[in-house]
Amino acid sequence: MREITLSQAVNEAIAEEMRRDPTVFLLGEDVAEAGTPFKVLSGLVEEFGTQRVIDTPISEPGFMGLAVGAAMTGARPIVDLMFGDFIFLVMDQLCNQAAKIHYMSGGKLNVPLVLRTNMGATRRSAAQHSQSLQALVAHIPGLKVAMPSSAYEAKGLMKTAIRDNNPVVIFEDKLMYQDKAPVPEEEYLIPFGVANIKREGTDITLIATSSMVQVAEKAAELLAAEGISAEVIDPRTIVPLDEATLLESVRKTSRAIVIDEGHQSYGITAEIASRLNEKAFYHLDAPVLRMGAMDVPVPFSPALEDVTVPTPEGVAANARKLCAGELIHAA
Amino acid sequence: MSPAKKTNSADYLRMYRQMVRIRTFEDNANQLYLSAKMPGLTHMYSGEEAVAVGICEALTDDDRITSTHRGHGHCVAKGADFKQMFCELLGKAEGYCRGKGGSMHIADQSHGNLGANAIVGGSMGIATGSALRAKLMGQDDVTVCFFGDGATAQGLLYEVMNMAALWKLPVIYACENNGYSEYTKTEEIAAGSITARAEAFGIEAHRIDGQDVLAVNELTQKLVARCRKGEGPFFIELETYRYHGHHVGDINRAYYRSKDEEKDWKENRDPIIRFRSWLVEQGIASEEEIEAMNAEVEKDAAEAVAYAEAAPYPDVSEVDMHVYAA
Repeated sequence: MREITLSQAVNEAIAEEMRRDPTVFLLGEDVAEAGTPFKVLSGLVEEFGTQRVIDTPISEPGFMGLAVGAAMTGARPIVDLMFGDFIFLVMDQLCNQAAKIHYMSGGKLNVPLVLRTNMGATRRSAAQHSQSLQALVAHIPGLKVAMPSSAYEAKGLMKTAIRDNNPVVIFEDKLMYQDKAPVPEEEYLIPFGVANIKREGTDITLIATSSMVQVAEKAAELLAAEGISAEVIDPRTIVPLDEATLLESVRKTSRAIVIDEGHQSYGITAEIASRLNEKAFYHLDAPVLRMGAMDVPVPFSPALEDVTVPTPEGVAANARKLCAGELIHAA
Repeated sequence: MSPAKKTNSADYLRMYRQMVRIRTFEDNANQLYLSAKMPGLTHMYSGEEAVAVGICEALTDDDRITSTHRGHGHCVAKGADFKQMFCELLGKAEGYCRGKGGSMHIADQSHGNLGANAIVGGSMGIATGSALRAKLMGQDDVTVCFFGDGATAQGLLYEVMNMAALWKLPVIYACENNGYSEYTKTEEIAAGSITARAEAFGIEAHRIDGQDVLAVNELTQKLVARCRKGEGPFFIELETYRYHGHHVGDINRAYYRSKDEEKDWKENRDPIIRFRSWLVEQGIASEEEIEAMNAEVEKDAAEAVAYAEAAPYPDVSEVDMHVYAA
């Protein structure tokens, strides 16, 4: 199978859906000729024109609001938010408007839009261009949240998002844009709420999102060398969450670590760990562990930034302790 | 007011009726609140009827509006039905939003009302986005964005007016300046001129007497026709007055506005009294015909209130319906 980058995968998904459905359009800062700073959208304006690939002023709440109104009245906008950190700027339009309109109208109005943005630290971009804010939006009923972990997922999830009749937020890991993965030439979609078992194992389950999937896979390699068999699961969408697949795995392995690049406190990892505790408690041989980013603003200095995010070695070390029955935290 | 054009009698009478329907709706809503039959809180549109009716009578069902927390008037003016509105205010299953929205979120998709909004200025992006959709999809409908003077302090307005002007979108920004931003005089929250702000983006702006339904309607008709030809956006500041407080519980308001001021607006500038006198002077309707129309509207409202009071609440099983669309 051919291999393409995550960036090309996103581009292909959007182009295919724009060809299929004339109501799909893109808007955001420097999405047209510039193709975004990450060049993810290069070439789209040449094919679809400036009517459907719209460069906006630097007005995030404004163009997010425009997308909500366009979506409510029959279009399918894709909003490009240059950095995930800017999600704070669009919170009212996203969480008070888009997320609630279907419900507040008793099901009469739909808001079929996609907000594509990014996440991920260790790019030396400091505190306002490095955050992973998926927990913020996952907390709000009415929004769906997708977190592709490779080019394959990025394409299939994007196509599903564009066809969904709800507001969907997609967080792409900005460090993975140039990472290649096998992506079929023929069309495919990845349904929401279906986790992917990346690697089967019997001793411990590593549940990881987006950028952390490759961290978990590398940790599994390290553990395998020591005779520990780790299962790696990528939920692919946080909302909806494929709880059944996660529970089934944990009932089998009886141990789990949940890894996500958002801040550890009050995060995605806490939510998933808590569901495992509630629903698989009697199958557990060890506490479910959370591994998120440290609860500090992302620092600039490489020496500091690198210690804020989970690493394969860190995940493997924790997995080793859980499997050995060691207590991670002193009582 | 300008002289009547004979062929427009039916339009004039419908405008009058719609204004009376709004006032009557609000009188009943206020009573429901005061008698503790209505949950939550609400914001009365009474006094501003000529704005909603003058504008909405220049629109078709395909044209969209976005509304505000003070939104009952826009909803009625855009063609909504009393029974479904009162049901919504009381949280009943037959309400426009199945009781999930209430007074501050009434939406009536069938008549192009994209909904009231409880965030001041929250619908400016939605209205402008609706206009962007019309342009992109080659549709000729126009969107009117209603908002108050208080909302002119929100930054979103300037972001979306900039884009609407850049892209010549078919949207009309209708600023209902009722003199008060909640409990504060507008002059204390708005520096400079409100229309000049729109003009700074190259948007043609008008300031008009919002108590004169004919003037509002004539201007809106012209601007809507020009929007359909691609000459939008436009901005209208409508000088008006809210008879009640900011919300129904805002009773003692002498600290921010005087009783004399309220009396002056009610007695000398009331949009319904003014238009009624004009209809009689012009020979379009007799006093008896007008009284009969008023009585009919009152009867409709009373029946709708009784219907809504007796109507069932949604089944609790509906609580998690409509979080996500299928």
